[in-house]
Amino acid sequence: MLWDEKLVQQNASLVPCETQGRSISYVQALHEALSYKMETDKSVFLLGQGVDDPGAMFGVTKGFKELYGDLRVFDTPVSEEGMTGICNGAAMSGMRPVYFHNRPDFLLLAFNQIVNHGSKIHWMDNGKNHVPLVIWSAIGRGWGSGPQHSQAIQGLLLGVPGIKIIMPSTPYDAKGLMISAIEDNNPVLIFEHRWLMRREGVVPKEPYKIPIGKGILRQTGSDCTIVGTSHAIDLAWTAAKQLKQERGIQADVIDLRTLKPLDENIILESVAKTGKLLIVDTGWTTGGVLAEIGCLIAEKGFSFLKKPIKRIGLPDCPSPAGNVLENFYYPNQETMKQAIQDLIK
Amino acid sequence: MVDYPYQGKGITGLLELMPHYEPHDLKIFYKSMLRIRLIEEAIADRYHEDHMKSPIHLCIGQEAISVGSCYPLRQKDKVFCGHRTHGPYLAKGGNLNAMLSELHCRQNGCAASRGGSMHLIDKAVGMEGSSAIVAGIIPIATGAALAAKQQKDDRIIVVYIGDAAVEEGVSWESLNFAKLKNLPILYICENNYYSVCSPINYRQPAGIEIIKKAEAFGLKSYAVDGTNVLAMHQATEEALTFIKQGHGPAFIEAHAYRWRGHHGAKEDTHLGYRDKNELAAWKNVDPLSMLETVLIDSEFLNTREKEQMTDEITQEIDAGFTHALNSPFPTENDLLTHVYSEDMDALG
Repeated sequence: MLWDEKLVQQNASLVPCETQGRSISYVQALHEALSYKMETDKSVFLLGQGVDDPGAMFGVTKGFKELYGDLRVFDTPVSEEGMTGICNGAAMSGMRPVYFHNRPDFLLLAFNQIVNHGSKIHWMDNGKNHVPLVIWSAIGRGWGSGPQHSQAIQGLLLGVPGIKIIMPSTPYDAKGLMISAIEDNNPVLIFEHRWLMRREGVVPKEPYKIPIGKGILRQTGSDCTIVGTSHAIDLAWTAAKQLKQERGIQADVIDLRTLKPLDENIILESVAKTGKLLIVDTGWTTGGVLAEIGCLIAEKGFSFLKKPIKRIGLPDCPSPAGNVLENFYYPNQETMKQAIQDLIK
Repeated sequence: MVDYPYQGKGITGLLELMPHYEPHDLKIFYKSMLRIRLIEEAIADRYHEDHMKSPIHLCIGQEAISVGSCYPLRQKDKVFCGHRTHGPYLAKGGNLNAMLSELHCRQNGCAASRGGSMHLIDKAVGMEGSSAIVAGIIPIATGAALAAKQQKDDRIIVVYIGDAAVEEGVSWESLNFAKLKNLPILYICENNYYSVCSPINYRQPAGIEIIKKAEAFGLKSYAVDGTNVLAMHQATEEALTFIKQGHGPAFIEAHAYRWRGHHGAKEDTHLGYRDKNELAAWKNVDPLSMLETVLIDSEFLNTREKEQMTDEITQEIDAGFTHALNSPFPTENDLLTHVYSEDMDALG
């Protein structure tokens, strides 16, 4: 097994959130969500470079072309801006496209259609057109993906009105949020994380929705608040669980699940209780998710704070390809544990 | 100096095609073009009053393109366009009051003052929207054509773009996909030789026609004299037949001249990027007066009818301006509505 595969596998074997019930993988959970929507809504269609190839987007889109035909499931030209605009136009005309990318880096080619068009068409024409579009991508990291195949760009999009941004961390959330995203009438960006794709977890067979814009407490405690999404909160929660065992540290761990719209209440209520905040994100520390949540507390929860907030994100440099440099670049469990301990000192 | 001479047949071109048309249709062409011309002139004449606090991109000189190509369209056929919206909007049947309210920044404008002149929309008549980003609307229109195909509906999509739009990579991404999937879409490129103040020979290599590029992408392509409403109509009909037969997308490059500035109410030859003689040469082939001449000469139209039409349109325009000027402005509460589409039933 490649070193990189080992890491992904190791991450997958961490204890899942729920232990009772049917356990399936993250990829299967997404596949079930798509199955349900493809079967029940003829306006849903799936596209993206490789949705019908042997890899089938980590397996998320496997078998759909055979079931639903090539008008509803198709590979695309490598034309990210064009295809995003085509999705906008199809969505304005009553369809519900789900556009898949292996990496968020490719969305940077489509910013004109995401930011200048899809995000604002509904507002710009005073509600006459709707753009029910899902754009899905999985953050890289590892395997030498490097500066142009492992970027986490959610921070760049956070300030854009009209879009929604989802970043799940469990198979359960991945399924429920995918269904909610497809049923939403707005452009919704789902940023998955490659390291979570093999995670197993308890997922009900039947379809269900998870509200977009609502976070969830993974564990509760009064010593500090830890908030974030996706792989970052997953890592932080693992660290928090260890500290609970090793040192009896009791932390509120909030998985926001959605970054935009942001669940401000769940953060503020927790910080009102703990007075100490650690914010974690898979993206750059400067100017993005960490800055925004930090600012939220400075504006609306300043009096709650007993200590300065802490942020853990990525340093102000591109993501490296080589694994040695990666180890310096990405925060790990130890980084998280150290930050939590410093925070509650 | 005339950098971009007219290369069509002028009145002769109209006379050649006239026998194919009924007087009834010819009069409709004339009246539609006259209406767009008079509306544009009225906007230009009143622009200095500063009630229209919106940039305007007038289409005077290019009316035949919108009129000739919209005439064969059904209501269900959908139209998209770039920033120069007035011609396609009006030719497709867009509501004049809503347009003038939009230019006057009123609450009851077609986009409730959120879009202005560059974002006219009237979905009731199939004017689906526009983009002020050059070429931004091309993939969107292409996606609308994909939806028509997926929904197995026979509607056809028409999108109006300028000559600079083909300098954006996304145009070719869209044409490639449209041909790949044989989508029911007609791209109409209004080549008026200038993008803002940049002449086409600063932007595109000489001697390589836009339609040749479209042809290379596999689209059925037509070069048309965009001052000749009948030629425009004929090419559109041919293209629509081709598309309806399931052969896939088509492309029309229509040559015409923008008489006024890129934006604003006035002529702009004093700026020096184009010569006043060039404008004068193109005014000699005014799409409206050429049609008027042949219709009057052939007695399909008399001066009394022409005056009647003018009066009727002028009254409509005056009423439109009165409507707009008496309409309410948006309130502060309007600003934050429709950021998200909350209506989960909107699409059924």
